[in-house]
Amino acid sequence: MDFTFTPEEEAFRKEVAAFLEKEVPQEYREKRLTFFDMSAQHDWIQVHRAMAEKLGAKGWLSRHWPREYGGQDASPFYRLILREELSRYHSPGYDSIGAGIVAPALLLKGSEEQKKQHLPGIASGKVIWCETLSEPGHGSDLASIEVFAREDADCFTINGQKIWTTNGHFADWNALVVRTDREVTPKYRGLTFFLVDMKTPGITVNPVINIAGHHEFNEVFFDDVRVPKENIVGGLNKGFYVVMSLLDYERTSDTAYAVAGTYLEDLAEYARDNNLLNPIMVNRLAQLRADCEVARLLHYRVTWMQSRGTVPNYESAMSKMYGFELLQRVSEFGMELLGQYSQLTGESARVPMYGRIPSCYLRSFGHSLEQGTSEIDRDVIAQRGLGLPRLR
Amino acid sequence: MDFALNEQQEMMQTLARDFLTGEYTDKVLRAMAGDEKGYTPELWKKLAEMNLLGLSIPEDYGGIGDFLDLIVVLEEMGRACFISPFFSTVVLGASSIIETGSDEQKQKFLPGISEGKTIITLALAEELAKYTPDAIQTKATQQGGDFVISGVKLFVTDAHVSDYLICAAMTGEAENPRERISLFIVDINTPGVSCKSLKTISGDKQAEVTFDNVKVSGDNVLGEIDKGWPYAQKILQKANVARCAEMVGLAQQALNITRDYAKERIAFGHPIGAFQSVQHRCADMLIDIDGSRFATYQAAWRINKGLPAAREVAIAKAWVSQACRRVMNSAHQVHGAIGFTEDHILHYYTKKARASEFSFGGVDYHLEQLSTHS
Ligand SMILES: Cc1cc2nc3c(=O)[nH]c(=O)nc-3n(C[C@H](O)[C@H](O)[C@H](O)COP(=O)(O)OP(=O)(O)OC[C@H]3O[C@@H](n4cnc5c(N)ncnc54)[C@H](O)[C@@H]3O)c2cc1C
Repeated sequence: MDFTFTPEEEAFRKEVAAFLEKEVPQEYREKRLTFFDMSAQHDWIQVHRAMAEKLGAKGWLSRHWPREYGGQDASPFYRLILREELSRYHSPGYDSIGAGIVAPALLLKGSEEQKKQHLPGIASGKVIWCETLSEPGHGSDLASIEVFAREDADCFTINGQKIWTTNGHFADWNALVVRTDREVTPKYRGLTFFLVDMKTPGITVNPVINIAGHHEFNEVFFDDVRVPKENIVGGLNKGFYVVMSLLDYERTSDTAYAVAGTYLEDLAEYARDNNLLNPIMVNRLAQLRADCEVARLLHYRVTWMQSRGTVPNYESAMSKMYGFELLQRVSEFGMELLGQYSQLTGESARVPMYGRIPSCYLRSFGHSLEQGTSEIDRDVIAQRGLGLPRLR
Repeated sequence: MDFALNEQQEMMQTLARDFLTGEYTDKVLRAMAGDEKGYTPELWKKLAEMNLLGLSIPEDYGGIGDFLDLIVVLEEMGRACFISPFFSTVVLGASSIIETGSDEQKQKFLPGISEGKTIITLALAEELAKYTPDAIQTKATQQGGDFVISGVKLFVTDAHVSDYLICAAMTGEAENPRERISLFIVDINTPGVSCKSLKTISGDKQAEVTFDNVKVSGDNVLGEIDKGWPYAQKILQKANVARCAEMVGLAQQALNITRDYAKERIAFGHPIGAFQSVQHRCADMLIDIDGSRFATYQAAWRINKGLPAAREVAIAKAWVSQACRRVMNSAHQVHGAIGFTEDHILHYYTKKARASEFSFGGVDYHLEQLSTHS
């Protein structure tokens, strides 16, 4: 047993920290933006891209990949350390879709040509991805999606509407799942996974504004969009298996506990400076600190399994769900700590912490929905983790 | 024991519900949430015509009904997520004058309120955002028969559309802060009064009001000098219960739309409402709403009867606030991503509930009050 990082990992953390100390724009650090309210920043997309390229140039986005694809065969703890430091320094630049889930899915299921074509762009931070699974009528029940791709000589032609595509308004490429067989049962055997260039004619992206007033996700319309057959990952009608491994990576990619921990310490500092720490708040703060520590351990366990070459099962659903719900609780704590002031937004001098309190709070309603809802996560934990029987 | 509404209350409920369902559509709600004034004069006139602005005002002064009738109507306003200066004027303004005013003052202000000619609000909280007498630092200094008020008030709802402000200020030197507060009614156009709007997440319109050497005559004192705090407490009791009634309505409507959605949204071949994890959530929402309603009505009933109600008010505000929070969280969860969008109506309810929860003291404050009453 060992609950420490190796000296090399510690050294890497220091190197990342020193780099971010220099590179993160002053405004981002001053406002202490979290990963989840950065998108409200007027220049976020440019800063995100610029930082991604800097992280890419350092080789940090791909350090844990195999050498033959530009990595250093490093342990996945390097990715975790990078993401913890990015949270701590309030830095954009990590494409949690491209680097976080598309790359590992491609490494596992992509063809040699696909790996050669797409991994360098992700490693360099120059190509940003989005993922498009959900539809207006089907979210949790992904196997029922309806947007259809018709086979057409050397390509597939896609028609229909998708929704909730995070970063779809500026992504270069899209990991898309659609139906290619309408007759087959069970329905999940009729899905295919495509890599789609967002510049392909026929794609229209419209903003959907969330309840925090941020533009993060979009609806995406496909109107006779032609995608070459080489862009299928994992085989025709075998998309569901790619998605399942993608979702497993998705559940381990984001370090919500780190975002929660950083935000909690920001709140603690504000509370201390403004004499808000009455005994009730001290108690709540301590409880949340304990929760953050446990969330960190749940996530480290998953990363440790990955570092051993074990594929995490229910463990990743547990870590993701606990981390994201914790972030909701920390955001709620911010509201209670600031009381009536917590509703203030805008530029007034009375607004605490640059208006982050209500922004984080409202954004947090999405945390128990995105990347699979808490209900679905609990199903996974109960069924895969405990072997309980399933009804459906 | 009787948990039912009486005939008059049922009538008020139907009147308010029919009116709001017809007039206060989602479209109007969206417009009013973004509107600077937050109401239209036409709507205000209709409220006056239906006598709703006279609720809980004694008949001698042009009013109708009692505090419980008002609470019934406020629950309906919550259901509609009704944004307007109704709460400020009828709950805060009228209650203050009913509690403290002389016959002359009542004659002067109350008929105007019920006729829809006067909008009034309460300027109590200051920088500490606390609802205790020690938090009031605004000073009113006597100069002959006049008073000169200076200080800054925060979270004043609807100040920007009000004709009058009821301002709590320090008049005495007493060590005990409860013995040095007086209430004044101030015409908003008096020189030295200025408002700056505070942007919030909810559609409620709040402001920072500065009193810079504002001179008012002795006739503007409500109640007795230095004895304003016990009145303020009574007003705060009513205000808190009224906020609870709003939250009950908001939560009820959130549950209604959630139940409807759970019946129609299909996943895995079933309406999501057939999944037990969704059902249990909805069941908990119903428990929270029934509990909230009874806690609210018990406190309101006591106030209406003139019985001591401090304990029941504290219980209601602390409990309803938390229950309403749970209900809103569940409503969002059951709606999935669609409820997370600005286009969906749900977030207006969530945000207004937060504003109601925090005004006149949050959960911790009311639990603290409760511990001193048990
Ligand atoms: C911030 C955010 C970002 C997102 N980004 C993306 C993205 O980039 N790409 C993308 O494709 N999608 C994205 N999504 C969509 C997300 O994956 C879906 O919202 C999620 O899968 C739920 O689907 P739904 O919203 O359609 O809700 P539904 O599936 O309709 O679910 C509604 C409710 O029913 C519950 N429910 C459903 N089935 C069951 C069951 N079997 N048992 C118990 N309860 C059940 C759900 O838990 C939920 O509470 C995003 C969503 C959010 C909020």
